[in-house]
Amino acid sequence: MDRAEVDSKIRTLIEPFNKKGVELKDETTFAGDLEFDSLTVMDFVAEIEDEFDIIITMNQQADIENYGQLVDAVNKLQD
Amino acid sequence: MTEGISQPDQPETLEGGSKDLFSKFDDIIQMREGLLASGIEDPFNLVMEKVLSPTRAICNGRDTILLGTYNYMGMTFDPDVIDAGKQALADFGTGTTGSRVLNGTYQGHRECEEALKEFYAMDHAMVFSTGYLANLGIISTIAGKGDYIILDIDSHASIWDGCAMGNAEVVPFKHNDVEAMEKRLRRLPEDAGKLVILEGVYSMLGDVAPLKEMVAVAKKYGAMVLVDEAHSMGFIGENGRGVVEDAGVIDDVDFIIGTFSKSVGTVGGFCVSNHPKFEILRLVCRPYVFTASLPPSVVATAETSIRKLMHGHNKRAHLWENSKRLHKGLTQMGFELGTKEPQSAIVAVIMPDLEKGAMMWEALLKEGLYVNLARPPATPANMTLLRCSLCAEHSDEEVGTILGMFERAGKATGILGQTSDQSEGS
Repeated sequence: MDRAEVDSKIRTLIEPFNKKGVELKDETTFAGDLEFDSLTVMDFVAEIEDEFDIIITMNQQADIENYGQLVDAVNKLQD
Repeated sequence: MTEGISQPDQPETLEGGSKDLFSKFDDIIQMREGLLASGIEDPFNLVMEKVLSPTRAICNGRDTILLGTYNYMGMTFDPDVIDAGKQALADFGTGTTGSRVLNGTYQGHRECEEALKEFYAMDHAMVFSTGYLANLGIISTIAGKGDYIILDIDSHASIWDGCAMGNAEVVPFKHNDVEAMEKRLRRLPEDAGKLVILEGVYSMLGDVAPLKEMVAVAKKYGAMVLVDEAHSMGFIGENGRGVVEDAGVIDDVDFIIGTFSKSVGTVGGFCVSNHPKFEILRLVCRPYVFTASLPPSVVATAETSIRKLMHGHNKRAHLWENSKRLHKGLTQMGFELGTKEPQSAIVAVIMPDLEKGAMMWEALLKEGLYVNLARPPATPANMTLLRCSLCAEHSDEEVGTILGMFERAGKATGILGQTSDQSEGS
């Protein structure tokens, strides 16, 4: 799966969590723009992990602040 | 999860704002002021002026029944335990003034560790200065760089802080979800070191972990297993060894962490294990080495209490009766509880919101009942909870009194009417 495919898949997965319908750009932040609390983060990360059959450890999550960084990280982890 | 009331168990990163380093606390200052402005007694600033027994104290000037102290087995005023403490105070002085590995191991510390080894029928026991330090020390020391920690998302703050202090990769899974845990274990590198961390009883809702299934899955993937039994020691399992004993998996668990500040009735923490290399931890575990050891009177009271808990069958039976009766009574009144059936000595009453929860807490205090108010972000799913922890020393009469207090306070605050309306609607 290339980066564009990863991006489109994550866009689908994020929909139920993006309650305010915030427009997703690479620089959209999870804590600030999307207002994800820790419970939402856990559920959302679990969805991505199951979809791509990967693990995103909390140590890796700490470096992911915006949407673009998430797509990059998942793209790398699925290889 | 923690008894911590104003902050989440998982450590947060607070961003700095201005030159005042305290500006990052502005949100919580505001939340606290908002709560107090409603005229309520500060739930997090209660003073016990006099403690009359394991179940009674004078709180903020009122004679109060204690229903939120985790003093499950009521050992705090046991005459044998008190005598042991007095004797040690007279014979060994007020404190050790040193680390366990230097001048801080007295005969009493060794004897306390012997009592733990007997209590759990395990080869090794290590006593720490608090339960918090036991989790901090063991977790941060045994899981290193390149290892993985797989833990329940509702873990206690001391577990999270042990993870934060160490260098392992941290992988949380959904609370008590065996399948979510297995999925994560399956995706980890086969040859990596893995530590699965579970709790016997989770203190927020008082629910028990499915340890039989979880320990089997952990072993299938070659993980070591650590179980925190802080809220079950002395009470759950035939010999009071915890949920691991009750579930029949104690022999498959690598480490049990516990505390002296609940059923044992004093302060301190420990880890017991059968690992052949366990003793090396005394030299490499920083929260064990770089802090002063427990005072001689504390380890003497702990040892005496632990030995008495081995024979606490009648107390255990009475505590179960208390827990079942409170759970049933509150359910019948229409309160919503954290578990459908009583699973431990904790009964968590779910409040509709923080404001109502604080009102109910205050109404109970005025009735003469102390419970814990737990609120977001320390609680699962951002619930506001009134957590009740029962004691084997609560008499049948006291449990009856407690139920009456809940009924009056629930009606006075409108929570009882409201709760039953909601359940009719759903």
